[in-house]
Amino acid sequence: MFRNQYDTDVTTWSPAGRLFQVEYAMEAVKQGSAAIGLRSKTHVVLGCVNKANSELSSHQKKIFKVDDHIGVAIAGLTADGRVLSRYMRNECINYSFTYESPLPVGRLVVQLADKAQVCTQRSWKRPYGVGLLVAGLDESGAHLYYNCPSGNYFEYQAFAIGSRSQAAKTYLERRFESFRDTTRDDLVKDALMAIRETLQGETLKSSVCTVAVVGVGEPFHVLDQGTVQQMIDAFEIVAEQEGPAAEPDVDSGQEASAEPEPEQGAAAGEGVAPMDI
Amino acid sequence: MNFMASKQPENSLLGPESDSQRTLYPYVTGTSVVALKYKDGILMAADMGGSYGSTLRYKSVERMKPIGKHSLLGASGEISDFQEILRYLDELILYDNMWDDGNSLGPKEVHNYLTRVMYNRRNKFNPLWNSLVLGGVKNGQKYLGTVSMIGVNFEDNHVATGFGNHLARPILRQEWHENLSFEDGVRLLEKCMRVLLYRDRSAVNKLQIAKITEDGVTISQPYSLKTYWEFSAFENPAQGAIGSW
Repeated sequence: MFRNQYDTDVTTWSPAGRLFQVEYAMEAVKQGSAAIGLRSKTHVVLGCVNKANSELSSHQKKIFKVDDHIGVAIAGLTADGRVLSRYMRNECINYSFTYESPLPVGRLVVQLADKAQVCTQRSWKRPYGVGLLVAGLDESGAHLYYNCPSGNYFEYQAFAIGSRSQAAKTYLERRFESFRDTTRDDLVKDALMAIRETLQGETLKSSVCTVAVVGVGEPFHVLDQGTVQQMIDAFEIVAEQEGPAAEPDVDSGQEASAEPEPEQGAAAGEGVAPMDI
Repeated sequence: MNFMASKQPENSLLGPESDSQRTLYPYVTGTSVVALKYKDGILMAADMGGSYGSTLRYKSVERMKPIGKHSLLGASGEISDFQEILRYLDELILYDNMWDDGNSLGPKEVHNYLTRVMYNRRNKFNPLWNSLVLGGVKNGQKYLGTVSMIGVNFEDNHVATGFGNHLARPILRQEWHENLSFEDGVRLLEKCMRVLLYRDRSAVNKLQIAKITEDGVTISQPYSLKTYWEFSAFENPAQGAIGSW
């Protein structure tokens, strides 16, 4: 993108009908470190790449628990993400207090999107520079949404945002058809593999990534480093450069879970599948 | 000149209240509501009386109303406050429907919303003078709860308001069991309503029974209970203690 005379204010349209400030905000999301999300019928997994600035500092927190049934992973201006997480937590807890019932994810996401839209239509505001992957469970099942700085939101079977997310998206596009009916542990494994794609050659270890799960009978929580490392070790035998056609190796029984077999269906699914579900 | 001008002592914590008035006493009131869980959902009964003090003034007051798709609300106490509550709930359900997503407020949510409303009004010393019974079924789950004008709320397998607590609940405690059939449930409710008719002076012999199941709400046409006044004890009531009162 190049500078132009229509990009100073968010309230200025370009002749082509674009709001450049909003698009620049979406650029900020693309520059942030990667976050991915995927869901099955009963579980949703969020993962993100968490690299500390230096060995001396701690990691930037990018996954937030919003309620027992909702969590969010962010990419972009993490400060904006933190503020929005606080807003989401507030909405959830107020709803819970009034109705003694969990706030349906779909409604939270709409509220979030409306909040983002306001910032695209006020001259004294700027759009939020953060993309949010909202994972949650409600009466109608497991959901994964992506909220954009533009105020749009979409529901996904699987998605990735942030830098080098295209590699993860390619991996997810290949495999997403199998996610619906897969087990919780396989879903986490797929998440880790998608994260690995974004690392492009770097070793995947639990110190650079964070994984969180929410599902039926399982409140939202971040998996601890030990568990994550175990799961990585269990499948990390083949080189990362394994091509798309071959399934990653079948897990040996080292894992705590009992499901070793990856789905056969996905191996046959060559080529890019359409993104809209 | 305002006859009802509220005078505050100097140390009042009630805040500024020039001409505003708070609910001090109810005017047109409904008496007991009785409800129980049965096999397919909830059964609720209430008579159609609206008393004006000791006068049985209005005899076609519907004190039970469906709320949204999944709930049924019955009320005793001030009828105008019940109508106000129905307006609040109407708005609540409207906004719920406007989301136009697959979610809807179930009886549990409505009950808790009402609890919040009643309690908050009580805290402002301006209560909605009602005792409410909220029943419903959603996704196969039966729900029956009650809220009072001071915000006391709880759920149970059978609930009642007002005199119903004293006259009907003991009967229900003895005779209620899980998975009552519809006929047994109605028979049990009628037994309770008959006792209330004999013994509650604000009861009128014109009642409705409402049922809510997964399929929806049905409120019966008004009807009357058969009563028997030929008990020998009634023939010469002053026999045991002659007096003017």
